[in-house]
Amino acid sequence: MTEIDPRPFLAIGTAFLAALLVSVSHKYPNVREMWSTVASVIMFGLVISMAGGVLDGVTYEYTLFYLTDTIGLTMRVDPAGMIFAALAALLWMPINFYSIGYMRNNHEAMQTGYFAAFALCMGSTMGIAMASNLLTFFIFYEILTISSYPLVLHERDQEALLASRKYLAYTLVSGQLFLAGTVGVYCISGTMDFRAGGFLSLDMASPWVLQLLFVLMIMAGSVKAAVMPLHGWLPAAMVAPTPVSALLHAVAVVKTGAFAVLRVLGFVFGPKLLSQLGIADVLAWAAVITIIASSFIALRQDNLKRRLAFSTIGQLSYIVLGGALLTPLAFKGAYLHLVAHAVMKITLFMCAGCIIVRTHLHNISEMNGIGHKMPVTMGAFAVASLGIAGTPFIIGFISKWNLAMGAIQAGKPLFVAVWVASALLAMAYLMPVVRMAFFRPEPVNDPRRYGLISYCMLIPICFTAILAVLLGVNPELFPPDFYRLAEMASSAITAGWGGGWSD
Amino acid sequence: MSLALHSPVFIVLLPLSASLLCLAFSRIHRKLGAYVVQLALFGALISSLVTMRHVLAEGTKSVHYWMGNWAPPIGIEFVVDPLNTAVACMITFLAFVISFYSKPFLENEDWLHYGGYFTLYGLLTVGLCGMTVTGDVFNMYVYLEIMSLSGYGLIALGGHKSMLAAFRYLLVGTIGASLYLIGIGYLYAMTGSLNMADISERIQPFVNTPLFAFVVACFLIAFGIKMALFPLHGWQPDSYTFSHPGAAGFISGCMSKVPAYAMLRYFFYVFGIHNTVMGALMNVLGIMGICGILIGSVMALAQYDFRRMLAYSSVAQLGYIAVGMAMGNIYGFIGAVLHLINHAFMKSSLFLVVGGIAYRFGEVNLYRLGGLNKKMPVSSIATVLAVLSMIGIPPTCGFFSKWYLMLGAFEGQQYIFIAVLVVSSLLNAIYYVRIVEQMFVQREASLTEIHDPETKLGMPLSMVIPIGVTGLAILILGIYSSSLVTNIVEVGLPEVLLK
Repeated sequence: MTEIDPRPFLAIGTAFLAALLVSVSHKYPNVREMWSTVASVIMFGLVISMAGGVLDGVTYEYTLFYLTDTIGLTMRVDPAGMIFAALAALLWMPINFYSIGYMRNNHEAMQTGYFAAFALCMGSTMGIAMASNLLTFFIFYEILTISSYPLVLHERDQEALLASRKYLAYTLVSGQLFLAGTVGVYCISGTMDFRAGGFLSLDMASPWVLQLLFVLMIMAGSVKAAVMPLHGWLPAAMVAPTPVSALLHAVAVVKTGAFAVLRVLGFVFGPKLLSQLGIADVLAWAAVITIIASSFIALRQDNLKRRLAFSTIGQLSYIVLGGALLTPLAFKGAYLHLVAHAVMKITLFMCAGCIIVRTHLHNISEMNGIGHKMPVTMGAFAVASLGIAGTPFIIGFISKWNLAMGAIQAGKPLFVAVWVASALLAMAYLMPVVRMAFFRPEPVNDPRRYGLISYCMLIPICFTAILAVLLGVNPELFPPDFYRLAEMASSAITAGWGGGWSD
Repeated sequence: MSLALHSPVFIVLLPLSASLLCLAFSRIHRKLGAYVVQLALFGALISSLVTMRHVLAEGTKSVHYWMGNWAPPIGIEFVVDPLNTAVACMITFLAFVISFYSKPFLENEDWLHYGGYFTLYGLLTVGLCGMTVTGDVFNMYVYLEIMSLSGYGLIALGGHKSMLAAFRYLLVGTIGASLYLIGIGYLYAMTGSLNMADISERIQPFVNTPLFAFVVACFLIAFGIKMALFPLHGWQPDSYTFSHPGAAGFISGCMSKVPAYAMLRYFFYVFGIHNTVMGALMNVLGIMGICGILIGSVMALAQYDFRRMLAYSSVAQLGYIAVGMAMGNIYGFIGAVLHLINHAFMKSSLFLVVGGIAYRFGEVNLYRLGGLNKKMPVSSIATVLAVLSMIGIPPTCGFFSKWYLMLGAFEGQQYIFIAVLVVSSLLNAIYYVRIVEQMFVQREASLTEIHDPETKLGMPLSMVIPIGVTGLAILILGIYSSSLVTNIVEVGLPEVLLK
């Protein structure tokens, strides 16, 4: 059932309007931050108000205007889009409060530009989540690239300059290739509308053309999702302020990359065509290599933010691998991991930011005993770390369980071993931090000075950590009900095709 | 109503009479002549809009206006179709908007220079509009010369090396114009007619003769020179760089686009593209386009003078138009036309920004723009929009022309064009993002103010508003590009493509 409803555009418009209001009211910091806070709440309200309908099988659709004679700037909220939209809207609220606390306590410059770009990023993420066709998707994808560029460049120093150039180079190149792929898809199929299960088929073009188009299109998502060897920009982008890293890693950029991969796999090519082409295996193996290699690199990083960055690279490839397995449970696990990783990684990054603001420590080797003075922060860090490693009763377990089941469903149990190995590696690179924080004494001869506690930063951390546990205990909890949405999305994608599983 | 029927001729007639009277009025009061020209340009803009409405309401392919009611092929006629009214609207709009922008540059000039500038400016508009709407090949030659001569004048007015640049353009431009004249001569010898519609029928028996190939080659070189198509672009970087800063926006925006449009008109509407000669020519055009795109972009990368970089970027962008034409299918044609209009706005906008910086600081080095976002906010925002459009980021207009060009390349299975388009977007990104970085990121450059900013926005309002308007147009053209395509370009598609 499809309903014409402008709410998707209202959600996007809210964020874009907020960006405008933020830049206008640069003289009054409190008014400025009020705009983004209000916008985040309104956006969440709008998205959540559609969740119930989507769960009942309603699809909300709206065309704002036509981009070309046949293709409109159209939003369509299906379960897959709803997962991502609800996730982004849900996490914008805590990260916004956290940003306020972080930027003020750390005395950052250019806060107006920061909050404006932040709102633009959120608006375009909404657009990406709910876009109904490839062209609309591409438009918001490029807006996201452009609006996250000033965030990477925030520090305005040489390092930031180089990082931002690297970021632009990676994302623009992949964007242009994606565009070329999109044009090709349009020319052979005559349509651009996402359809669950894919709209391309073998009779449209010869296999090598389809394979080429697949490579062109998957590249864009893979760059943003930092699948190796396309991950180079992500560690470099760590020069940005910590809330930006949290945003890049948890909500906006890398997640849109993973989401793009899933859209291309499930809604453009479809599992049936991909299994005929056999090219998804290449993607799967790239993801496997990324998972293992990035975990080993993460082990060797002393800078906490960099260690988390490499952890992100590995975790994102879980999602890519889930999609590339092409089975119902793997898709479900992939969508769930989109949510799970966002909630856990945002917590970890916010903790890292809190440590930086209060103690100005960046390196793990210097963090002995900080848990004594910052018990809540490091407690949340511990919870999220356990979640990343896949401990039961934290959200990460549910997604990984489904992913592992998906691998078995695909008849490729070897991938389960990959997940187990990576879980152990995650334990190995995250738990030492927790151990050092709580079970090592503070250095005696060099007493640390702690800054003031900022509740603006602490409360969001608690919120996301509790969320990770709540969703881990009962994933169907909560109005958006991510579990059922993921199930709906994956069954729509794999309808009529069991993925090697003979049911 | 009867006046509306005469609207096509007013597009040319109003600026022509105003330009001729301009100096006389300027003698009375220094600035009066300029007001008369501006009024006429506004009139021309209204006439083009009325004409466009008329053409679109008529529903036919084109409206013919007979000069003095002499019937063609003997008499001269103006032929307006949806496409060239759109181009005429673009020209008159930019001419009108940029005429305000020129004024602060002329503040200290005496009546002769002030009036003389606007005479040339008005005549340039006459030439451009005339070339666009005329349906007579010799009449087009006249307008081509009006355009060129006034263009030489405006370029020479720039001071500092501009004489040399103008002279060089004059030499090369004259070769182009002569070749065009020779082409017309042979065309007349073959068909016995100077009317385009008439020629398009009478030429058909000759399309496989060597003479026809010669004519076509003459036209390609003539218009290639005027639109600065690689490798005929040698005159262009100097001319754009040293032309009068008040007119540079208009010159760079329109003076290369109208010959491109004329070429498009000859190839698609008069000669038809489905014969061996034109087939070969399309290949040549495609190669010229590709080389232009790549070499223009690389040369732009190497420049440190902002204006010169923009000039080389124009070489590249004209290559897009050539490539679109060379595809020889509907999408390619739409892409070429769309890019012709879009690029006029992008390039004008950027040249206006540069002119503004030169006006206030006397600085054109693009590595000395640090902190400009604080000093000239409107210019900086317009630059960002234009840059995004140049790279082809939606929803700015540059994306849509590139979109149609890519579709055309896929449809024609000319995959090399796609590769070139992708590479060129990335090259554009490199040399344009550098400017944004300079403006927004780099430490404030120590610049001396040679003119008082007057307003908070960093420049006199008569300069800020044109910059803002052209910048905004980039966004608006992008958002409304589908209606531009369906209502105007697709209505005016040449018949050769529809078969």
